[in-house]
Amino acid sequence: MTAVPLLTPEERGSYLAAGSTLRSWLLSTDHKRIAILYLLSITAFFFVGGAAAGLIRLDLISPTHHILTNEGYNRTFTLHGVVMVWFFLIPSIPATFGNFLIPLMIGAKDLAFPRLNLLSWYIYAIGGCVTIYVLMAGGVDTGWTFYTPLSTLYANGHVIAAAAAVFIVGFSSILTGLNFIVTIHKLRAPGMTWGRLPIFVWSHYATSLILVLATPVLAITLALLSAERLFHLGIFDPALGGDPLLFQHMFWFYSHPAVYIMILPSMGVVSELVAASAHKRLFGYWFVASASLAIAAVGFLVWGHHMFVSGQSRYASVIFSFLSLVVAVPSAVKVYNWTATLYKGDISLDPPFLFAMAFIGLFTIGGLTGLMLALLAVDVHVHDTYFVIAHFHYIMVGGAVSGFFGALHFWWPKITGRLYSLVWGRIAAILIFAGFNLTFFPQFILGYLGMPRRYHVYPPQFQVYHVLSSAGASILAVAYLLPFVYLIHSLRHGAPAGRNPWGAAGLEWTTPSPPPRQNFLTPPVVTQEAYAYPVSEPADG
Amino acid sequence: MNRLLPFWPVAASEHAAKVDWLMAGFSVLCFALTAPVFVLLALFAFKYRRGSMADRTHRPSGNVLVETSWTVIPFLLTLAFFVYAANLYLNLGRAPADSLVIDVVAKQWMWKFEHPGGQREIDDLHVPVGRDVRLSMTSQDVIHSFFVPALRIKQDVLPGRYTSLWFNANRPGVYDLRCSQFCGMDHSLMVGRIYVLNPGDYAAWLQRAGASGDLASQGKALFDTLGCSGCHAPQSGVRAPSLDGLFGRPVPLADGRVVTADDQYLRDSIVAPNRDVAAGYPPVMPTYAGEISEEDLLKLVAYLKSLGAGPSQTAPLREPSP
Repeated sequence: MTAVPLLTPEERGSYLAAGSTLRSWLLSTDHKRIAILYLLSITAFFFVGGAAAGLIRLDLISPTHHILTNEGYNRTFTLHGVVMVWFFLIPSIPATFGNFLIPLMIGAKDLAFPRLNLLSWYIYAIGGCVTIYVLMAGGVDTGWTFYTPLSTLYANGHVIAAAAAVFIVGFSSILTGLNFIVTIHKLRAPGMTWGRLPIFVWSHYATSLILVLATPVLAITLALLSAERLFHLGIFDPALGGDPLLFQHMFWFYSHPAVYIMILPSMGVVSELVAASAHKRLFGYWFVASASLAIAAVGFLVWGHHMFVSGQSRYASVIFSFLSLVVAVPSAVKVYNWTATLYKGDISLDPPFLFAMAFIGLFTIGGLTGLMLALLAVDVHVHDTYFVIAHFHYIMVGGAVSGFFGALHFWWPKITGRLYSLVWGRIAAILIFAGFNLTFFPQFILGYLGMPRRYHVYPPQFQVYHVLSSAGASILAVAYLLPFVYLIHSLRHGAPAGRNPWGAAGLEWTTPSPPPRQNFLTPPVVTQEAYAYPVSEPADG
Repeated sequence: MNRLLPFWPVAASEHAAKVDWLMAGFSVLCFALTAPVFVLLALFAFKYRRGSMADRTHRPSGNVLVETSWTVIPFLLTLAFFVYAANLYLNLGRAPADSLVIDVVAKQWMWKFEHPGGQREIDDLHVPVGRDVRLSMTSQDVIHSFFVPALRIKQDVLPGRYTSLWFNANRPGVYDLRCSQFCGMDHSLMVGRIYVLNPGDYAAWLQRAGASGDLASQGKALFDTLGCSGCHAPQSGVRAPSLDGLFGRPVPLADGRVVTADDQYLRDSIVAPNRDVAAGYPPVMPTYAGEISEEDLLKLVAYLKSLGAGPSQTAPLREPSP
């Protein structure tokens, strides 16, 4: 990166210029450099998981003539799930943009525990290496949900190694969450009251609470699973005196809140993008901020909606159904507030805005189909079908990944100091939106028609929807690759960004792009609420 | 329905039709709540685009009344659907007492059915139209799930536990049965068919399928060959509880609890006799775990049930307890 031909004065004093050796990156405790390390590593896993997805879609074009064996197919979708959930989605926005931006947004020099932050990345990297080992050794065939007793007694794949990878990477989550919580409490600049925090910081605060409270439960669950598989300790397998539903309760106690780990940071990003694009204070600041906390809290009480047909008590199911409708309320509040923010705004139709709109559209469809799934009798029919697949991809890909790309396009000039092509950015955003809908909308219809998930061989009457879905996936693949071309191109050929290319409010836009090692040339003092538009441009240079 | 582009699945029961109405009605509500958002997003993005001449005076940044209404009203509307859906769902757990009970054993990767008359089937299930049918299901290995899209019903099938499901198909025909819980390598091949037959055709099928004695008499034969009668017969020298009239009766246990002798209790007492020992008897019965297949267990339980019944035999099936 230091090989950029014309270095601007900002770039010469930036965190990027603080050293160009491998050592200066791998031993850096600068939150901005660690964010870049995360960005590179999660991008690598995004391509691994994406390649598995591509293979799945290619294989499902025909109902019976396949490239993969049944076993190979099972291992492919398991890999796709494990990699995308734990090695891309969970760390995606928090570990990259959260890491980079939280200190900048609150006016701090770094996170509270810089060395712990570096350790988090190393733990992530070790977990990642174990995952690569699992992949090379032949994979695992349980699905990313590791249901017992299939995973403890019957599966032939590398279950223990896969569980170890997820177990390890969980500690990276816990330490990152801990670091964020302490940072937000203790390192806010003078004048940065809780009521002046950007929504991005609020949503990361809520996310961190979930990371710290839920992830240990996953670790315990995977440890028990391994104990049963290795030592035949009867915990989940009824043949050994265990209870298979206990595993599901424990797994979803983590994995449902994990969905909010993926989506809350994205909601924080979209709040920033909408306000900055509209150049207007966010509508209903306190409603949006407290909605994040409400989601984090109620999100812990809805795990049982994954188990309506599992054999859990029907009366418990009724309560879980009700709570699942309750947890949708704060999400709906956010969507309405974003819409209201645009009213009488001054809206730049740039890539960050388009990604935010893609997020809102896709997340809304994902959320509403989530309500359908929360309705008990509907869930009985569509549970474990493509309807569920479509629903959670609308949330996790349409929502979380669109948010990730929105963040990438909004803060790229801040992170690298360079501007990318806005035209290509707009094209990518529109292609992602179109490709995504073509890939996943047919799957709602497939699900209601009765196509179960994780089916390699499927009835021929479903083929037309699978072909549509695979066609969409190929558009989506191109659309996701496109940004890597023009963003990398911008590193060498992009125009210098200046401090505040979007005319946005927020402390991070008052410091040079890329920011200096210490983040701010003079320690900031905050005198205004968040989203104080119109922005008075700081003197550049 | 268009065969090339199927859009809506066949509904073969009253329950299925109700689920469809629920889905359709709720979709209308979702559309009504969302369409304004999408229209306004597009409208605002156009009208208030940078450089447009729109009026931007009196910009609001919050309004408690508006916030409250878009929080509360959609939620209350949703609750109406919640109540209807929950009722339908609870009803799935309340099989009519006079249902035709068919036993189902799932194993990697097939479905086995045992009719009360002793007829056995694999992957195909024949049932009469217009009759309440209850499936009592268990798994020999991992968790499976019994899913019939045309009936809009699904229930996981667990090892070591009986779960049940009931339906009343109102349209003769052949409907797909699919395992919907991932169960290993050939999960997607664990499919079958449900034949819903007119009464005459069903009677003819029962005749044709034949059986060497009904389920209970097959159980009696097993009871003797496995040596159960050696201890449990009245004239036996070993002090073991008599099994006559046991089914449906409360059983006091050695640890002071009282359980009802239902299907689950009878099965568990064979494979794990030391778990719930009847009060007043020494725990001397050997375990049969791993020695008797789930199908044979079903036959034994059918035999025990046939030995006269306690007072609460016709009580609705107990909710599976965790």
